[in-house]
Amino acid sequence: MRTVMLEGKGDFTEWRNAARALLQARVPPQEIDWRCREDAARDLFGPTPEALSDAEADNVPQSGLTVPQAFLPLAEAAICHSDPARFQLLYRVLFRLQEERALLEIRSDADVAQLHAMEKSVRRDCHKMTAFVRFKEIDGGTLRRQFLAWFEPDHHIVARAAPFFQRRFTDMDWVIATPKGTAAWDGISLTTSTEPADNPMLTDDTDMLWRTYFSNIFNPARLKVKMMQTEMPKKYWKNLPEAELIPGMIASAEASVIAMAERAARDAPLFHERLQAAARTVPEAPRPTAGTLEELREEARTCTRCALHCKATQTVFGEGPADAGTMIVGEQPGDQEDLAGRPFVGPAGKLFDTVAGEVGLDRSRAYVTNAVKHFKYEPRGKRRIHQKPNMGEVQQCKWWLKLELDLIKPKLVVAMGATALAALTDSRQRLSDLRGRMLPFGEGQTLLVTVHPSYLLRIPDAERRAEETARFRSDLAAAADFARKAGIGDVSRGIAAG
Amino acid sequence: MKKSLNERLAILSDAAKYDASCASSGTVKRDSSKSGGLGSTEGSGICHAYAPDGRCISLLKILMTNFCIYDCAYCINRSSSNVERARFSVEEVVWLTLEFYRRNYIEGLFLSSGIIRSSDYTMEEMVRIARELRVTHNFRGYIHLKSIPEASPLLIEEAGLYADRMSINIELPTDTGLNRLAPEKQPANIRRSMGELRLKIEAANDPTLQTKRRKRFVPAGQSTQVIVGADQANDRVILGTSARLYGSYDLRRVYYSAFSPIPDASRNLPLIKPPLMREHRLYQADWLYRFYGFGIEEITESQPDGMLDLKLDPKLAWALANRHRFPVDINTAEREMLLRVPGLGTKAVKGILSARRHRRLRLEDLARLHVSVKKVQSFLVADGWSPHRLIDRSDLRSMFEPKPEQLALL
Repeated sequence: MRTVMLEGKGDFTEWRNAARALLQARVPPQEIDWRCREDAARDLFGPTPEALSDAEADNVPQSGLTVPQAFLPLAEAAICHSDPARFQLLYRVLFRLQEERALLEIRSDADVAQLHAMEKSVRRDCHKMTAFVRFKEIDGGTLRRQFLAWFEPDHHIVARAAPFFQRRFTDMDWVIATPKGTAAWDGISLTTSTEPADNPMLTDDTDMLWRTYFSNIFNPARLKVKMMQTEMPKKYWKNLPEAELIPGMIASAEASVIAMAERAARDAPLFHERLQAAARTVPEAPRPTAGTLEELREEARTCTRCALHCKATQTVFGEGPADAGTMIVGEQPGDQEDLAGRPFVGPAGKLFDTVAGEVGLDRSRAYVTNAVKHFKYEPRGKRRIHQKPNMGEVQQCKWWLKLELDLIKPKLVVAMGATALAALTDSRQRLSDLRGRMLPFGEGQTLLVTVHPSYLLRIPDAERRAEETARFRSDLAAAADFARKAGIGDVSRGIAAG
Repeated sequence: MKKSLNERLAILSDAAKYDASCASSGTVKRDSSKSGGLGSTEGSGICHAYAPDGRCISLLKILMTNFCIYDCAYCINRSSSNVERARFSVEEVVWLTLEFYRRNYIEGLFLSSGIIRSSDYTMEEMVRIARELRVTHNFRGYIHLKSIPEASPLLIEEAGLYADRMSINIELPTDTGLNRLAPEKQPANIRRSMGELRLKIEAANDPTLQTKRRKRFVPAGQSTQVIVGADQANDRVILGTSARLYGSYDLRRVYYSAFSPIPDASRNLPLIKPPLMREHRLYQADWLYRFYGFGIEEITESQPDGMLDLKLDPKLAWALANRHRFPVDINTAEREMLLRVPGLGTKAVKGILSARRHRRLRLEDLARLHVSVKKVQSFLVADGWSPHRLIDRSDLRSMFEPKPEQLALL
């Protein structure tokens, strides 16, 4: 049996050096007695340790010993644990890792589970330290403000947690004293020691405000004492300025809820009446002139003709000049359109803009709208899956499309996709039969039918997509051509002139 | 006489406690080591204290003022309430935040407010506080700002530059409910502002041609709150609304807040004990939807009245209604199915998947993965364990239900 003596105050290097030497010598775990200097001093009858000298440890050749990457962070945490068995456990895992390289992936293994339990306990202790340290201001008469805190951790974590406080409280001097060591920051360097410190027993005036906050943010109607104690165990209470209030808060909770119930329903204060009266006299926003596109848009904002408005963010009405010669009709707003409140701003809209730009069709001078004005979808996790509007919804929404057509009186209407076609014509003909031709429509108007750009986005095969996009482009080119000949003026000037 | 800072802190924290959110997580990592200022955020949040209501206290959650021109029936600060009123100045909120932060009481500030004068005036004052903290005091802690309904988009945009998280509460799951209880609020406008914020967050995250760095804009995203039990909406409606909100506005969280009696309550509302268990079940269902691959329909379909089972957690209730899908073999089942086993959480499933690549698992192994064997054993097949006919037992449900409490003699 070899006895190894360590300081055991959270220093990983001393254990690593010792373990490295032992592993090189192939010493099996059961033949090592790991000891802490502090515990050994108390144990008068223990064997005299034959500690590895530092020189001996440092001289260990480093070759040949490797561990999986995941081992080091686990071990660095577990070494801070206060359980004396940690050295033995770590060495046992290290020893086994030489043969069983995948050991750490087996969380159900007893050793691995215990190692993780230790790591978790240290992590939790560190976390609670970052949560429950309470700084008290001390007047040091210096330019930088000075603070002191007292905390009692379970494990040797002061050095491990100290950098957190440095990153956070950079502009003030602070000292955190604990029975397991001290950490201090003076704006230049962070120092830690493992010497036990004494409780400085300080007070701070701001604690009074904090206690006021603590007792008032508490909702007495939702008493859950057990929940509080799992997260803030009683062992921390003695150093928390707010904790002394807890028993009183629990005791008076029920009475204050009852008092609340009895106090219910009094008459409203005077200013309430004044506010209500003032609200009644606020002039309504001026309504747009009757019979204009603006009025139509305003009316459509509150449309409840079908159920789609319940789920959608807003009505996405058409957009463009009221005297546009060309009207582009799509299916329905998509995810992006629904959020932005404007038609054709999503991926399909962008594709439309690109192709239209290529053939000289100026979108800003056309009127762009959809057959259905609300987005229909199914929520699926973080996404919204587009759903095709049904005939009932299309029929209801035709009301708006008809009003738009009547107001704008476009010479050319471009129907993109089957839904737009159905909304515009009532005909049962297939899109593919009508596509790309100039068809008579309404009173001396012309209808051009083509696919919806989102259809192009959904074609998985790149070659076919290019083919279909080319067809779509020639359809839009026909529309641009028509507009040019009819002198509608929807065509970009540069291209028209050229 | 003017109330002291301490008195106003009491009033304005009391007024803020009905907002359930107190998270300080999910934002970017940043600290003061380079700037030499104050404050850091490290991804996961820290709860600095717990009140006896079991809620974490992570942020200084206060109202700027509890004067309000709105009259929302469920709210303690509505204009018709006789609650005592107070107001902080911008400087006072900044001072409180910094001094609380220096003493390590808090992770940052959660600022909300009653609406005074106008939405824009109120929002402007709140933005001033955030700007003072960030710009003048070089504060790098967490800031959560409430968007005031109907505030101008420009103010929201500036707020987003300083805030880690922004939220606007829809408060009630249906538009009709909101119209009835909060006549001044416009549900459509609330949705629209959520949509606008999502678009702005996404635009800030888009790469530009000049730099790989993204603009920092509301890095912890947006959240909202729904009050449970103030109106008649059932759990199916509430969860459907949440699913819609998650999908539409990319919310990080929907908070459920059991309607809790408020002092000087409106006559329109039930003065009952808050339905805490219902709130808990809604959170569980919300988790199943977001992390366990459940659809809202699946979770609620076994309950005829659209309410979640209060006695059993929703996953267990689903499993008991779908027994034909069990038992599941722990050594061969796919991840999706393991996630559906009552008693297995995401971490346990991860552990199982990783361990079973190297050895076959027994029930004892599960115990070491911090799984309650008693709960999962009816639904699992493992090496050396088969639930026999346990899964077919007609009294399986009663094995999981809480023990009936005996009535006491008076």
